[in-house]
Amino acid sequence: MAEVDIKNYNINFGPQHPAAHGVLRLVLELDGEVVERADPHIGLLHRGTEKLIENKTYLQAIPYFDRLDYVAPMNQEHAFCLAIEKLMAIEVPERGSYIRVLFSEIGRILNHIMNICSHATDVGALTPMLWGFEQREILMEFYEAVCGARLHANYFRPGGVHQDLPAGLDQRILDFCDSFPKVLKDMESLVVGNRIFKQRNVGIGKVSFAEACDLGFTGAMLRGCDTPWDLRRSQPYELYNRLDFNVIVGKEGDCYDRYILRVEEMYESIKIMRQCIEQMKAGPVSSIDRKVTPPPRAEIKTSMESLIHHFKLYTEGFKVPEGEVYAAVEAPKGEFGVYLVSDGSNKPYRCHVRAPGYPHLQAMSHIAKGHMLADIPALIGSFDIVFGEIDR
Amino acid sequence: MKLNETLEEFGDYIVKALGDDVSDYVVAYDELTILSRRDKIVEVLTFLRDDKNCKFTVLIDVCGADYPMRARRFDVVYHMLSMKKNFRIRVKLTTGEETAVPSVVPLFSSANWYERETWDMYGIMFAGHPDLRRLLSDYGFEGHPLRKDFPLTGYVELRYSEEEKRVVYEPVKLVQEFRDFDFMSPWEGAKYILPADKQTEEGAKD
Repeated sequence: MAEVDIKNYNINFGPQHPAAHGVLRLVLELDGEVVERADPHIGLLHRGTEKLIENKTYLQAIPYFDRLDYVAPMNQEHAFCLAIEKLMAIEVPERGSYIRVLFSEIGRILNHIMNICSHATDVGALTPMLWGFEQREILMEFYEAVCGARLHANYFRPGGVHQDLPAGLDQRILDFCDSFPKVLKDMESLVVGNRIFKQRNVGIGKVSFAEACDLGFTGAMLRGCDTPWDLRRSQPYELYNRLDFNVIVGKEGDCYDRYILRVEEMYESIKIMRQCIEQMKAGPVSSIDRKVTPPPRAEIKTSMESLIHHFKLYTEGFKVPEGEVYAAVEAPKGEFGVYLVSDGSNKPYRCHVRAPGYPHLQAMSHIAKGHMLADIPALIGSFDIVFGEIDR
Repeated sequence: MKLNETLEEFGDYIVKALGDDVSDYVVAYDELTILSRRDKIVEVLTFLRDDKNCKFTVLIDVCGADYPMRARRFDVVYHMLSMKKNFRIRVKLTTGEETAVPSVVPLFSSANWYERETWDMYGIMFAGHPDLRRLLSDYGFEGHPLRKDFPLTGYVELRYSEEEKRVVYEPVKLVQEFRDFDFMSPWEGAKYILPADKQTEEGAKD
């Protein structure tokens, strides 16, 4: 009897799948259980952020950045503010800069907790999620303390940050810096040495340095393949060059390395946070240029000029000189960049968002080929995908 | 001003090495922009990637931009990063609605989705792209949403129809006009006739 032709099997992974980390429709062509081809269909969360930004003033555009990568909102705002500051040549006062670094690192921990916990959940370990979210809750309270919102912060503004830290917050953050490493150790002990976790991750999704360059990887995905490239160190912005921290690298470039790398990065973030609070001195938190930052509330009650400034700033906004810039920050997921074109008016002419998760997800078809179906959740987990930023 | 000099030196070097493939370079806001000729973009990026003084091995980003008042209305903007030299560069070219830009996917795999997105958002065609489908917009979407002449609210809205038991598309109906305020000062010479002035002019004619 002639051999029967077996056709490859196509399945839809998602758009509603708990391990897809959002609305990812992944069309998989399977040969038995081996993935032959993976075609991610994205855009199910597309909200037209770039178009909306073009129709809002610069200040009104900042909240859109919180809604991109909603796991670490302030890091996105940071890139946009840096771009505006570059165009307008605004200096950020020292205290403002320290607060920015502090909250960028809080964002990094928020993101990495989310990632390592959901990655563990994807491959079958449920407990870290429960432990990790307790810690995220504390960090969210820090967010709430400075800006009143747990997620959509709108806290970083061109010229600095919106308000100073409330009294006592620095001590609460220091307490967290003391208690968190212990919890992280416990979480590590659950999965890092676990046999099943290792079987699901070691040697899965290996990427070489050359491949990573070709695929446009940044952040943990690039550092995972033994490359110490971190924008905080290589192209320092804010006060990162004053702070002492290590750039963590992986050796093998597989899912397991990236997992460990993210865990280790959290210890480094704690180190940075502690240094920020210790080095911070009293002073203004945002630029005193009243065309860009609002006057203090009390002043508005007594000074006519302040009232005008406040009114003009929140209706008309400020005008940004003509030009184009690209500003990038080391967001928790990789390089988050903003390409901003201004035509001299009070609205951005073009604002392109370079999301780090985008090239990572794009590489799915390249990396998944030859892996088993069960490895796909591990891959998605270690790519650190959030659809807010990929779909924009 | 030290940085600007380095940038200019580097720009000179690239323009000299590439000759006719690039038209000029611009240094602004501490960033270097190379203006490439549209049909030579593959050669330009190959040079930037392989030359030992450049080594821009990572293509960070590709995006479009729309300037409808120009004859060739679109810009395609490439951002590249050299980890070896710790340096960034921007390459720009202009193109129209009808003219295709050579695809750089054979050089950088990361360009694949960026070019698809640019096609989706602006309708800029990329010749030689392996799979130029829409990426971010809906299945069956028409138009290119990031063009300046595409309305912010779009043309269609969708809802679930209980009668037809499926999602239906309908022309967009706005309960309230989109309120777009302009902030041009009438004292500094607004470039349009104010509604009040219009009335008096019409009145004078009568």
